[in-house]
Amino acid sequence: MKNNILKNVKKHYQLYLLLIPSAVLLFCFAYLPMFGIVIAFKDYSPALGVMGSKFVGFKHFLQYFRSYQFGVTIKNTLVLSLYSILVGFPLPILLALMCNQMKTKMFKKVFQVITYLPHFISTMVMCGLVLIFLSPSSGLFANIFNLFGAKFPNLMASASGFKHVYVWSDIWQHLGWDSIIYLAALAGIDPTYYEAATVDGASTLQKIKYIDIPMILPTAMVLLVLRAGSILGIGFEKVFLLQNVQNIMSSEIISTYVYKMGMQSMQYSLSTAIGLFNTVVNVIVLLLVNLASKKLTESSLF
Amino acid sequence: MVKKKKFSQDTVVNIIFHVIAILMILIVIYPLWFVIIASFSNPADVANGKVWFWPKSFDVRGYQKLFEQSQIWKSYLNTIIYTVFGTLVALVVNITAGYAMSRKDLPGRKWINIFYLIPMFVSGGLIPTYLVVKQFGLLDSFLVMILPFAVSTYNIIVARTFFQNSLPESLWEAAQIDGCSTIRYFLQFAIPLSKAVIAVVGLWTAVGLWNSWFNALIYLQNENLIPLQLLLRRILISNESLLGAATGTMAQELRQLSDMMKYGSIVISTLPIMMLYPFLQKYFNQGVMIGAVKG
Repeated sequence: MKNNILKNVKKHYQLYLLLIPSAVLLFCFAYLPMFGIVIAFKDYSPALGVMGSKFVGFKHFLQYFRSYQFGVTIKNTLVLSLYSILVGFPLPILLALMCNQMKTKMFKKVFQVITYLPHFISTMVMCGLVLIFLSPSSGLFANIFNLFGAKFPNLMASASGFKHVYVWSDIWQHLGWDSIIYLAALAGIDPTYYEAATVDGASTLQKIKYIDIPMILPTAMVLLVLRAGSILGIGFEKVFLLQNVQNIMSSEIISTYVYKMGMQSMQYSLSTAIGLFNTVVNVIVLLLVNLASKKLTESSLF
Repeated sequence: MVKKKKFSQDTVVNIIFHVIAILMILIVIYPLWFVIIASFSNPADVANGKVWFWPKSFDVRGYQKLFEQSQIWKSYLNTIIYTVFGTLVALVVNITAGYAMSRKDLPGRKWINIFYLIPMFVSGGLIPTYLVVKQFGLLDSFLVMILPFAVSTYNIIVARTFFQNSLPESLWEAAQIDGCSTIRYFLQFAIPLSKAVIAVVGLWTAVGLWNSWFNALIYLQNENLIPLQLLLRRILISNESLLGAATGTMAQELRQLSDMMKYGSIVISTLPIMMLYPFLQKYFNQGVMIGAVKG
């Protein structure tokens, strides 16, 4: 038996050769860091190294849970995340449903190319655009408001405005692109369904309601599970770049706090502990939502 | 009678859809167009809301000042280098893995699959990863931008799915009978037949590398190594003037020039991708589709 396996492996050694580059990189830069998580339970000091540092148990976790920042970062992360899902989940579906029913092929094509375009703007440039356009003295929005004699509020300097800026700039950038996957699902629908519906005298809206929506529901559920699974894993980059002293009360999220504790305050162990807490919660939420989706709609990730 | 009502309802719906679509096109296009015209206009006119649809008092000082900065050229070159080499490395690493995993006769396929999937859901986190990179002596090096994070499980899955669906197994069987080895088959047959998936993975990686800055922020300190996006951070986000400090009337002038440089830097950093995208759109979309089949 053992001999057989060995023989089999030997016969296929060239396949393993093809796997080596990626496997080595994954081992070094994805798996080795996982062992480094132990510093969350230690008082890490660079002089002593990961292994030599003193074990302190859950000290750093407790320090985070008891700190003022715990409530703030959790709340901000949840607010941004839920708001994003609430707006960012249904809108691409509506857009795809609409786009799918457009009869003019040429127009549809142009519409798609243009709405996908902003997706390729880098987060850095996107945040630069947001700051320039929202500038209360000279920004585009301020100038438009001026035309009507109104005064544009300084959204970047208000804690309550941050979430709207974050979510709606995201919608502007990714709405078109996020609809692709639903369009693909809609394109897979058997055209005879539509023909039969037309014969029966169904209107466009009825076709959407009785054919399109039921057909993309499984795709939608899987994507919802995926999004819900990363509910505390909201992207670092954009929040970090849009953050400033005036909106920090609503823009400090878990990942930006991990960065600050780690790279700026050099509290390696505390930062790792907070990051680990975040990962664990993410995995639990993913599993729960997946389970719920399986029960309710019979579509799930695994 | 009934038929007529249906017809008119559909027409109304159709008109509403097109009106919404046209509004959306305007909302997406106008800000992009505005950046371009603002970068060619007199900064005072832009700030006072006199520029709307066309450049006003044509002015290219912003670009002049930008191109006078040696740092811009340096980081632009860095970004090109990181993008080209990073894409090559990523292609080699991910396409080879994708091919190997597509072969059903790979012993231990199930375990290898799990090995590749776990990092998608669990990671060591910021600091542990930083410490490992540091241990390897990769801080502040050219390599850190192209090598450690080249593996993308998502791209491997895309490549694997492609190989599974479009390379007939009989081709490999025939080649095998003729004494062809796996690696020779991969290089001589699989690769030439897979230009589409190479284009998809390559384009995605290239765009990602061109736009990325997080790794540079964490792992690079050396001014000579920083990529364009990180330099943009100073210009756009931190509002640093690359032109130095000035006082009095000069300060006003300087602030306006800085504003022009903001618009200009957005244009020069984003234009390459925006120009290429409509021609390559097919490949970008394919990537989403192949990935979606799996998801």
